[in-house]
Amino acid sequence: MSEQTLMKELEAEIAKCMKCGNCQAVCPIYKEDMAEWSVARGKIKLARDLLTGKLEYTDRMEQIFSLCLTCQACAENCPCGVRPDKIILATRAVMVAKKGLPAVKRAAFNLLEHPGSFRWGMRVGSKLQGVGLRKVNDSGLVKPRFPIGLDMRRVVRPLAAKSLLSQVPEVTTVDNPRGRVVFFTGCMLNYIYTDAGQAVIDVLAANNIEVVTPKAQHCCGIPVIMNGDMETARKIARYNIDVLSGYECDAVVTHCGTGIDAWVHHYPELLADDAAYAEQARVLSAKAYDLSQYLVDVAGFRPPKKAVDTTVTYHDPCHMVRGVGVSAQPREIIRSIPGVVFQEMKKPDRCCGSAGSFSLTHYNLSSKIRDRKIRDILSVGPDRVLTSCGACRMQIEEGLYQAGDNVPVQHVAELLASAYEKEETADKGNQRDYQQTATERVAG
Amino acid sequence: MKVEKLIQELRQELGSEAVKTEQEDLASYAFDATPDMPVAYPDVVVFPENSAHVEAIVAIANRYQVPVYTRGSGTNLSGGTIPLKNGIVMVMLKMNKILEIDTENLTATCEPGVIIADLNAAVGEYGLMYPPDPGSVDTATMGGSVAECSGGLRGLKYGVTKHYIMGLDVILANGKKMSCGGKTVKNVSGYDMVKLFVGAEGTLGVVTRIICKLIPTPEARKTATATFPSIDGAAKAVAGIIKSKVIPATLEIMDKVTIQTVENYLHLGLPTESEAILVIEVDGLPEVVEKEAEAVVKVCEANGGDVIIAADDKERDGLLAARRAALPALAQLSPTTVLEDATVPRNKVPEMIHAIRTIADKYGLTVGTFGHAGDGNLHPTIVTDETNTEEMSRVHKAVDAIFEAAVRMGGTLSGEHGIGIAKQKYLTQEFGEAGVEALKAVKRALDPNNMLNPGKIVTI
Repeated sequence: MSEQTLMKELEAEIAKCMKCGNCQAVCPIYKEDMAEWSVARGKIKLARDLLTGKLEYTDRMEQIFSLCLTCQACAENCPCGVRPDKIILATRAVMVAKKGLPAVKRAAFNLLEHPGSFRWGMRVGSKLQGVGLRKVNDSGLVKPRFPIGLDMRRVVRPLAAKSLLSQVPEVTTVDNPRGRVVFFTGCMLNYIYTDAGQAVIDVLAANNIEVVTPKAQHCCGIPVIMNGDMETARKIARYNIDVLSGYECDAVVTHCGTGIDAWVHHYPELLADDAAYAEQARVLSAKAYDLSQYLVDVAGFRPPKKAVDTTVTYHDPCHMVRGVGVSAQPREIIRSIPGVVFQEMKKPDRCCGSAGSFSLTHYNLSSKIRDRKIRDILSVGPDRVLTSCGACRMQIEEGLYQAGDNVPVQHVAELLASAYEKEETADKGNQRDYQQTATERVAG
Repeated sequence: MKVEKLIQELRQELGSEAVKTEQEDLASYAFDATPDMPVAYPDVVVFPENSAHVEAIVAIANRYQVPVYTRGSGTNLSGGTIPLKNGIVMVMLKMNKILEIDTENLTATCEPGVIIADLNAAVGEYGLMYPPDPGSVDTATMGGSVAECSGGLRGLKYGVTKHYIMGLDVILANGKKMSCGGKTVKNVSGYDMVKLFVGAEGTLGVVTRIICKLIPTPEARKTATATFPSIDGAAKAVAGIIKSKVIPATLEIMDKVTIQTVENYLHLGLPTESEAILVIEVDGLPEVVEKEAEAVVKVCEANGGDVIIAADDKERDGLLAARRAALPALAQLSPTTVLEDATVPRNKVPEMIHAIRTIADKYGLTVGTFGHAGDGNLHPTIVTDETNTEEMSRVHKAVDAIFEAAVRMGGTLSGEHGIGIAKQKYLTQEFGEAGVEALKAVKRALDPNNMLNPGKIVTI
């Protein structure tokens, strides 16, 4: 889509805003700084002034438009049905088209344009990260030794020693498959939370679903979209569509709020005017599901028989709950597990403040928003926190650490996988070791 | 040059983080929630954090003779916070502490930046409530609510903001602080300055501390909707309910245009052929609520109403959903929503609704009318498009006619939104020349240099 088309789209959306200010009630950033430019209606006013030429694409404007988590809470609360997130992303894109990207971002996105180089970079990163990062606790969280682009207070989960894609077979087969899905891992499950990625495969296989995990798949490109580099985003979208189109499947399954939103909304929107890709983007969009959504709404799943005695709470990732409307399904899975006590926290769907690279560029603000979430989590006394997004998970892990707590955070898939695993240990021999079988088959 | 010096002094006083001057910052404070208003940029936006800051800002403004536009969340519907004559926009949101909840005197003391819903959540912990609940209750500040004397759905039984404000600290136009009122129920010392400042729209002083009255949260409530084949039936029911000595907490009406728009928007299964829906809620002690609910049903049915009573909170939410959706649904129809608040004596509601309909037909406009039937405060809502100049000229004529009708029926231009810029030109209709002169005299007495929110209510 050209800059012109973006502007046109903007105009219609902007006209819908009646400036009532209801967005103030729910915007996590506005709650912290209480400035009109931080909240949707203020940004919409500025976008209007940009369109009419009253204001220009200045550094201050760029700074203001960077103040958005794209959590969509404002959109959900808008009486006029305005999508401020769309206006903001489009404005960022026009800004990049006019002003270009800062050098650091340009370099990072150039790397993202080339899946091979990116993979190599991440491999090298996982080997060398020990130089710049030191462990802070037994669970393996780390902190920078010196400023390496991370705030010195920042605590993160490091890259896994080996990526998920390098460990799992491209096809995980099962006996009498009920279905066949392509697993789009996303970077967080591929490079950091590989156990969660493995759990997705295990859970699907335990439900007799064959899982294809394409080795060539790449970053979903959302960080690039968030930063307004639509050209690179389109390249990434086309690449991933090419990769996934090479497989016959009933569904595309992800376990990441951002990843699912990319497939369901962003790819078809990015490529709407691309004759070669528009149709395929729409086809894959209709087939894309979060793991919980696929298990509950599409395939049906087998409730585990063995109990996992644990008290959990669930954090709704923004792009999962508001992006694609998935919030009941993960809860249904959690509640299906015997022994699990589910404690709903206050405002489970309030943004955790991560918003991907936002937590890097606006650490203070991001931390303040995170700490509200941590208070809500701890108030229900869980012994584990569940979510469906790697970025949220890392943010919550850090928040809990900074609050002096060590409650573990997991993906929903991991809890379900651990319940299935208990069954296997209980009647070993009777039950088929699907993973083993799968690996053997691929090897064979 | 003068502006640069002013900014420099403000920075010295508040620190540079609290003083914003870039074009983008100023543009963000050039508007409020009011449609069809002039856009005016301030010279500077400041964020005071305490009363001393406010005193200093007003004193500096005095020295430089620049206007001060006090602003809370900017959700008002009268153009009340637009910095017409540039100068300083003073944002009160960082003064947002609840200072005290006094469960013996049943008062709360807070700073002006506290959000109304936050205050209610805090006092709710003690089984108390602060009744005024404007539509913007989740976003509007206590300070803004005091300045506009906002009303809301509970006005009929519980009154409006002015009935709950007991004491104020106010920074006067000369930068000095005065306190008025307090925690006592009775207070006849001097002029009733509290009442004067409430609803003054920030034109007479800047409120920095508020003491408000709280009441015990009602133990029980019952909610019903009644559908009527005619406006007159609904109006008779409203009168009948009050006549039978029942004062509902909520007594809301939606006209046919609103019903049809809401139904198109939400598909709730509303009777789109009916002329009016009443939403009624009674609250209080459980035994009283039962009796009152019975009376309400009887009166509605006697006037041709079809009544549904909510069995539980979930059903209650269902019944209230339609009324809550009235404005959003109308707003979805077109880009601009002109929401008025002309108010008439309760017994004139049907006449007013008929008058609005006639006006809508005459000027070829879509007007949905809903509002607080119990207190005569209607919200004729014109759906239009600001960019369509031809239609907007018809909108302006229709608004003129609506106000003319309200005043003719013994009503008022504004039940709860205030005069601001939007309704200034109609003020003489309600007050007469002598009345407007009296308002101006009050303004001149307290703000001789015309510095506080100039250009609002009256222009001097």
